[in-house]
Amino acid sequence: MSYIWTIAEQSNGKLRDVSFELLSRGRRLADKLSTKLCSVVFGGGLSDDILSELIYRGADEVYVVDDARLNNFVVETYSNILSRLIREYKPHTILAAATSSGRTLMPHVAIKVNTGLTADCTELEIEDGTNLLLQTRPAIGGNIMATIKTPNHSPQMATVRPKSSRPLPQDEARSGRIVRLAMDEGDYDSRVQELGIRTTSDGHASIEAADVVVAGGKGMKRADNFAMLRDLARRLNGAVGGTRDAVDRGWLPYPAQIGLSGKTISPKLYVCAGVSGSIQHLAGIKTSEVIVAINQDPDANIFQVADFGIVGNLFEVIPMLNEKLERHQRGDK
Amino acid sequence: MKIIVPIKQVPETSDVKMDKDTGTMIREGVVSVINPLDLYAIETGIELKEQFGGQVTVCTMGPPSAVKALKEAIAMGCDEGVLISDKRFAGADTWATSYTLSEAIKKFDGYDLVLTGERATDGDTGQVGPGIAAWLDLPLATYVSNITAIDRSSITVERLVEEGYQTLRMPLPALLTVVKEISNPRLPTLRGKKRARACTVPTVTAADLAVNESDIGLKGSPTKVVKIGYPKVTRGGTVVKAAGEEGVSTAVDMLLEFLTGKELI
Repeated sequence: MSYIWTIAEQSNGKLRDVSFELLSRGRRLADKLSTKLCSVVFGGGLSDDILSELIYRGADEVYVVDDARLNNFVVETYSNILSRLIREYKPHTILAAATSSGRTLMPHVAIKVNTGLTADCTELEIEDGTNLLLQTRPAIGGNIMATIKTPNHSPQMATVRPKSSRPLPQDEARSGRIVRLAMDEGDYDSRVQELGIRTTSDGHASIEAADVVVAGGKGMKRADNFAMLRDLARRLNGAVGGTRDAVDRGWLPYPAQIGLSGKTISPKLYVCAGVSGSIQHLAGIKTSEVIVAINQDPDANIFQVADFGIVGNLFEVIPMLNEKLERHQRGDK
Repeated sequence: MKIIVPIKQVPETSDVKMDKDTGTMIREGVVSVINPLDLYAIETGIELKEQFGGQVTVCTMGPPSAVKALKEAIAMGCDEGVLISDKRFAGADTWATSYTLSEAIKKFDGYDLVLTGERATDGDTGQVGPGIAAWLDLPLATYVSNITAIDRSSITVERLVEEGYQTLRMPLPALLTVVKEISNPRLPTLRGKKRARACTVPTVTAADLAVNESDIGLKGSPTKVVKIGYPKVTRGGTVVKAAGEEGVSTAVDMLLEFLTGKELI
């Protein structure tokens, strides 16, 4: 049986968490098919020590292409290498993260190796009998869940949202094989030059990667008022985002925009204040584990998706919440 | 500078209501619009034309009614539209769509840049832009938020990534998928609307493209939808009213208790 592959991601020689999240999904599929799980990594200067964590967290094999030119993601070169490896090793399934690089690499590779690709899957199963990958994803703004399969092409390919699964605990007793593969000079595409990365102070990844996201909408009234949300986010160890309204009014930068024309997030906790819950916004938060909403309007749409809602004046509720949370965290009653 | 902007027509969702019982979108009376994220690509194309001269061609694969989206783009300032339409194109997934669009683009009279939106708000995959680049073997930059330099033969862009912005330089022709930060889409002008009404939009069919029947539409799509489910929107959560200082205090206490129960604080 051919293997299940997951595409690990690295940044400055460190593996990103999403690499481990993919392994927990891949592990289930590999076990179901009684095959091996292989993590594929491209980067420069990746030590066996670092790569071992992939094995401790579920991989049976790690295929690594280690070359300084792979330090930063450039789609053409990554796509050439991955396509060559696919032709050579013929994996059953490839899972990648729905990140800026995964969402760029996978559709490019799918064309080159002539197979289907399903974006942003929330559930992945192996179909009994056919052994095909059943890929379920939200569509039309999260209003429907479509289950998709690729019956006549191989490999089966899907991207999965970061934070949509938990990494397996590290098990240092697990053993596996790290296979170092050479890059073929022909894989290197010299047309595109990477001139560098400008990191932003907040790191926009924050809202997509954060376990807790605190967001504000039109009801926040002014940019200054986001200070109380930042305060709340800090106490909850979370990031601050907002609706399209908040971004269009200049209260927040675009990378903080949540919803159909912004980011889709799946944090463990989503707290929003002054957010009415337009269908576009809901599309971006529906997969959050727990949703808490604070809004003045009892008929606001947001309360339909809230696990806990407070109908009230956010300018009274949020400061009180901050105050009580501080006391709670200090251990006072 | 010759710029091609492939766009998509999608259902307008801003005033869509949800059916509370089934959790589905009420589609009756919903009009179709240009995919909102494509407007940034159209605007960017028009701005580059204004700066360098040249021509912006907007194209879409869709039913005959999609001509409306092309005319809207022309009203904004695009020079011409091409409708890629054939019953045999229907039901295409992102593989077949990017194949058909790339075959159509090959038939155009040369180009320097292909610009697409980051993704469409209905399908929400973001796969067609990169797919076209792969078919045409064009250098690709996705999530472009800024064009920092451009001349006749090369382009330097910033793309929005998890850590910040990555700068890439590549030769033209190239394909960019753009995000909202790149531009502020203009509204159609009266003159533009007049021009759009007057212009004829040619239709390109499967026969015109000489595409392989087995590579287009539903038949040519590697992925197949096997099941559609309708998730319930309502979570049936607790909603408490917080009026007056005491009401707010009680509500906040209940919230903290709820969060503690969920092991979130």
